[in-house]
Amino acid sequence: MSSTDKLVQMVIAVVLFFAVMGVILILTTKLRSRTGEKVQAAAFIAPSLLLIAIGLLYPALRTIYQSFFGSAYEPLVGSEGGTFNGLDNYRQIFTNDDLLQVLQNTAVWVVLTPLLATGIGLVYAVLIDRSRFEKVAKALIFLPMAISLVGASIIWKFVYDYKGSDQSQLGVLNGLLKAAGFDTYRFLLTEPWNTLFLIVIIVWVQAGFAMTILSAAIKAIPDDIIEAARLDGVNGLKLFRYITVPSIRPSLIVVLTTISITTLKVFDIVRTATGGQFGTSVLAYEFYVQSFRSFNFGLGAALATLIFVLVTPIVVYNIRQMRRLEAR
Amino acid sequence: MKNQRTRKGLATIAVIAVSSLGLAACADDGDGGSNEVSGDAPGAGRAECAQLEQFGDLTGKEVSVYTSIIAPEDAVHKESYKVFEECTGATVAYEGSSEFEAQLVVRVQGGNAPDIAYIPQPGLLQTLVRDTDAVVAAPDPVSENVDEFFGEDWKAYGTVDDTFYAAPLGANVKSFVWYSPSMFEENGWEVPQTWDDMVALSDDMVDAGVDPWCAGIESGDATGWPTTDWLEDVVLRDAGPDVYDQWVNHEIPFNDPAIVESLDRVGDILKNDDYVNGGIGDVKSIATTAFQEGGLPILDGECGLHRQASFYAAQWPEGTDVSETGDVFAFYLPTTSDEFGTPVLGGGEFVAAFSDRPEVQAFQTYLSSDVWANEKAIATPGGWVSANTGLDIANLKSPIDKLSAEILQDPEAVFRFDGSDQMPGAVGAGSFWSEMTNWITGADTQTTLDNIEDSWPS
Repeated sequence: MSSTDKLVQMVIAVVLFFAVMGVILILTTKLRSRTGEKVQAAAFIAPSLLLIAIGLLYPALRTIYQSFFGSAYEPLVGSEGGTFNGLDNYRQIFTNDDLLQVLQNTAVWVVLTPLLATGIGLVYAVLIDRSRFEKVAKALIFLPMAISLVGASIIWKFVYDYKGSDQSQLGVLNGLLKAAGFDTYRFLLTEPWNTLFLIVIIVWVQAGFAMTILSAAIKAIPDDIIEAARLDGVNGLKLFRYITVPSIRPSLIVVLTTISITTLKVFDIVRTATGGQFGTSVLAYEFYVQSFRSFNFGLGAALATLIFVLVTPIVVYNIRQMRRLEAR
Repeated sequence: MKNQRTRKGLATIAVIAVSSLGLAACADDGDGGSNEVSGDAPGAGRAECAQLEQFGDLTGKEVSVYTSIIAPEDAVHKESYKVFEECTGATVAYEGSSEFEAQLVVRVQGGNAPDIAYIPQPGLLQTLVRDTDAVVAAPDPVSENVDEFFGEDWKAYGTVDDTFYAAPLGANVKSFVWYSPSMFEENGWEVPQTWDDMVALSDDMVDAGVDPWCAGIESGDATGWPTTDWLEDVVLRDAGPDVYDQWVNHEIPFNDPAIVESLDRVGDILKNDDYVNGGIGDVKSIATTAFQEGGLPILDGECGLHRQASFYAAQWPEGTDVSETGDVFAFYLPTTSDEFGTPVLGGGEFVAAFSDRPEVQAFQTYLSSDVWANEKAIATPGGWVSANTGLDIANLKSPIDKLSAEILQDPEAVFRFDGSDQMPGAVGAGSFWSEMTNWITGADTQTTLDNIEDSWPS
């Protein structure tokens, strides 16, 4: 099909859409009653609902359906020809040693990342609050946010680069180790610590996000509360513990849960830094490997479903907190 | 009030415009092309267009090509299509992606297949043919070209269940060991003719204070593949092409004693602390060294030997003299015995089509011809070779390409395609890579091969 054909088709589609929407608009504006408003709302919501159903709901249901079917060499188009094997894929996730390691790594990521990123962001926000160089300090920690996770991983891969102790070093960290007279260290290879070194990358990127939100929340604490506390003799750490943290609790939870969700989906870092080798794979990466490299679609779908199940409660909690935050 | 209404109106228009764009993108991509030949080809009468005249005038038609070959190598590919575009009037839309293998499956599955894909793995071709039913069998002119210009072994790799689908395109030779001719001359070393000579040479290098071998197998999410080439090369030499075929097709278990023996032979070099890892670190450093950087210490005289395919020629920094008397060159990885002739391990791409429109078939025909092979050779400064026997070796510019072409066209050569590329994805692009990486970082031979055998899809 040539591009002129495509253009003509596009114009027809646009005109059609305008016509349909125009008719709906004209009809609904004629109805001035309460039902008219409902019809109007439905007319606008229906297309989005339809698109969500096609683009989100159907694939989600299909993925769940597919997760009950056999492993490798399934027909790529439609899993109808595959063999139904019930919960076998799920059983495999929770019994296979490699996949158990993946689950364990994911747990470490999801527990450590939000705590570290939020903790660092919070402490940083408190420390620089109203200081002389606040803007510069904020920009500094916020900068990594502008770098993609892939870019960040490549940067850190250089930082972690390993050469034998007797060689000249490329990696900053091993350069420092060598200069200090220690042996060089395999940051990306040594299990289980390599997972922690990967987590450093995401914390480096996400701490800026946490800092920004929390800093805004701290600034929103009314001055009279802090003044009252000061008059009562509350200062320093106590002020932080009893005034600052409770006041910004909803923001803290939003930050924690948002980073948790990001972490559950983390893929780029593992793929770029280690390619999932040396026992560093996580759920989102393993799902990709099983589905698109091993063509193990059943198992891949099961892993995707598992991520979905794990993310859902966090998302629900997050939305409820956001609502509460907005209601204030 | 009026103002507010206008604003609402504007918002509505914006919403409608945006959504209709989405709708237009979903519009049916109906294909109204006909298969009838119409008019004379623009290049009719020219000698290089002879094979394409039957397709008639294809002016205004477009063929989309999807490949894993990305910049800078894509430029010379596009250059080599000029003759086709002049002969038929059709244009070629080239798209390269480093995510090719995974994305191709996604695109085919999503009903958005390209016209042509260059598939570097016969295993992936088989999966696509058997599971998606989307690949179109090669037309007769392509099949005739392949019969004329390629060996039977090459045609077999493009054939699935007795139907011929994909003609070979480029090729590479993996059975090479890179070395520094000038360094060899200074030390009085000679290119080894047998495996034992090569080991003896390695010992000489150790005596001279050089770690003989350097290696790197880090390659992002494909980490480990260079070790699979090592094992395949040694299996071909130790056990022979027949056992190799049985092993690749899983007619013998992956952990067959013959394979254990071969992997141990590889381990004698790669897991030998005295032999590796020149200029980089110890044995484990192989796992974290990028494969592109694996051989570079040769230039600093820190290691003597690096086993890697012909395409490694592209990795040497600009200004490196790649020639028989220069800074670096390669020799054929020697055999362990005379029993199996001259085994050559290699790879290459295959041209699979997802459409049978005349312009697509014309392009397939062009790519399988000697005309294209020579056009490509002339356009490429180095790092490309084909098993096409119509390729005039004189047209290749780089000495390593010439050597590769000689090996590929040698009637004594026993060519075998990269084994991991033919195995099911779960093994060939999965456990084989990852377990071999574990093997480098400390796992023993038997466990490694047992684990891969266990992962073979039933």
